[in-house]
Amino acid sequence: MEKVSVLKKQVYPNKSTSASRGKLLKKRIKRGIPLYLMMLPGVLFFLLFKYLPMFGLSVAFMEYDPFSGFFGSEWVWFAHFERLFQERIFLDLLWNTFVLSIYDLVFYFPAPIILALLLNEVRIKWFRTSIQTILYTPHFISWVVIVGITAMLFSTQSGVINNLLHAFGLSRIEVMTDASFFRPLWVIHNIWNGMGWDAIIYLAAMASINPQLYEAARIDGATRLQLMRLITIPSISYLIVVMFILRLGGFLDLSFTHVYLLQNPLNLGVSDIFDTYVYRAGVLGGQYSYTTAVGLFKSVVGLILVIGANKLAKKMGKEGVY
Amino acid sequence: MKSRRLSEDKVFDIAVYAIVTIITLTVLLPLIYVYMSSLAPRSEFITRSFFLIPKEFTLDAYKYLLNSKEFIEAFTNSLVITVGGTFINMLFTTMMAYPLSKKWLPGRSKFNFLVMFTMLFSGGMIPLFLIVGQLGLMDSYGALWLTSAISPFYLIVMRSLFSNIPAELEEAAKMDGCGEWRIFFRIALPLVKPAMATFTIFYLVAHWNSYFDAILYIQDQSKMPLQVFLRRLLILDEDVLAGEVDDILFSPAVGMAAIVVTITPLIIIFPFFQKYFNKGFLLGSVKD
Repeated sequence: MEKVSVLKKQVYPNKSTSASRGKLLKKRIKRGIPLYLMMLPGVLFFLLFKYLPMFGLSVAFMEYDPFSGFFGSEWVWFAHFERLFQERIFLDLLWNTFVLSIYDLVFYFPAPIILALLLNEVRIKWFRTSIQTILYTPHFISWVVIVGITAMLFSTQSGVINNLLHAFGLSRIEVMTDASFFRPLWVIHNIWNGMGWDAIIYLAAMASINPQLYEAARIDGATRLQLMRLITIPSISYLIVVMFILRLGGFLDLSFTHVYLLQNPLNLGVSDIFDTYVYRAGVLGGQYSYTTAVGLFKSVVGLILVIGANKLAKKMGKEGVY
Repeated sequence: MKSRRLSEDKVFDIAVYAIVTIITLTVLLPLIYVYMSSLAPRSEFITRSFFLIPKEFTLDAYKYLLNSKEFIEAFTNSLVITVGGTFINMLFTTMMAYPLSKKWLPGRSKFNFLVMFTMLFSGGMIPLFLIVGQLGLMDSYGALWLTSAISPFYLIVMRSLFSNIPAELEEAAKMDGCGEWRIFFRIALPLVKPAMATFTIFYLVAHWNSYFDAILYIQDQSKMPLQVFLRRLLILDEDVLAGEVDDILFSPAVGMAAIVVTITPLIIIFPFFQKYFNKGFLLGSVKD
């Protein structure tokens, strides 16, 4: 719409059109009043709970004192950032986040793709739909329940899996407390929880592959495995690349709830990430300004990653499609 | 040549079905165990170290839960949080998505940017926490409902759904003297009903499963939702139910029964909406 008005301006650069344009705009605004009213609750939501916190980030540059309030607190500028970058915990948080994200990319990322490739080869329709229904289900189960089931199954005294290990003469394992189990357990949870759901997008892409490609290859004597390798996988490769890049954009976004629930004093060394640290030191510990600075650091790096990834994905998407 | 290809295909087929079956079983087995062991009597956990199907079935664990004041309280709280929250979600989201679907509306692109930007950048946990405190929402469900009133992603999807409604339909309604609000409630909303049902489910699941918001904004133990109760019972192994009901009845089955009561409502409704998920118009995550 704005482009059209610019064009009009160039063609008729006189006052009367800009006046009539103003009139038209006024008329539209007047016509839109009920719609603006309709939007009011939503706009208030965004201002209060999305934008006000962004301005609230200025707390990171103060020594926020709940009793003096936002306007009574003293400005300390970059003191909290200096503290953050000097503290040993900063490197730990960064490292733990990095390792978990790598686990996610290496072990989780391929899982829905492999599952979609397999499901795509299942020709019996009722079997395929019931399998899909079963595999979506974990996506609707909360982290509390998933971690809870794990805790029950692996309970050292009465857990069924430890009982089984014991019955086979193996030693009992402390999955929930032994730090070396934290990362594998975390990524296995992710696979169990999200694999079926995330396969949907790949299945949708596979459904849109031209069936004539398969028929032609079939006439040429290709086996089913060759069809998958030479037609299905290349056809979705651009989607895989785009999804991979978008995942890189969310590199710092690990589910707080999931990590927090698996966390305990024994595995803190590997399980502490930015969000859990902010919760512990900020909400529970009352160091509001310092933890806001930690949050701001995470948000800014996250923004850079997301924008970079989106740009890259758009580029790749275009090259892949055309 | 051809027969070799056919036998290769057969091996491929068998491998595919075998792997898919194994994957499905690894997803299913823990859930089957939860359901089955929730029906097992206490004695079976002591005498049999491993079982998938109990020899005897009993509803003791469920009776125990229903007699627990704390469990009933947590369950009721979760119901209130979920119903109230989902209602606010749907009202706020549709009422903002509909005006933004109008291409003639002045300022539309600015509002769209306002929404989009929140998906890229956020103020983070602490500033929001402080603001909720300043607004006096601490320890009330208002904090849970309002801070998550709109999912920007769902808002954008809904906006594009509304913009598919032909303009002629609304023009005709306007000729008949309908105002924007009437058009919205009487014409636009009914037209996107199936999609709205899906969004309702997504919001509903998110509230029912949400844990973090509750520990952040709620301190009063009597207001805590089911997920917080479950964590204390299952993961922290706290005696949340101790002394309440006859302790002799307590067994691992009680924890399993609590899981069953929590997840069954979602598992039951979900297949009804599966056809909408498969369309692939919604690929976002339900969880935080």
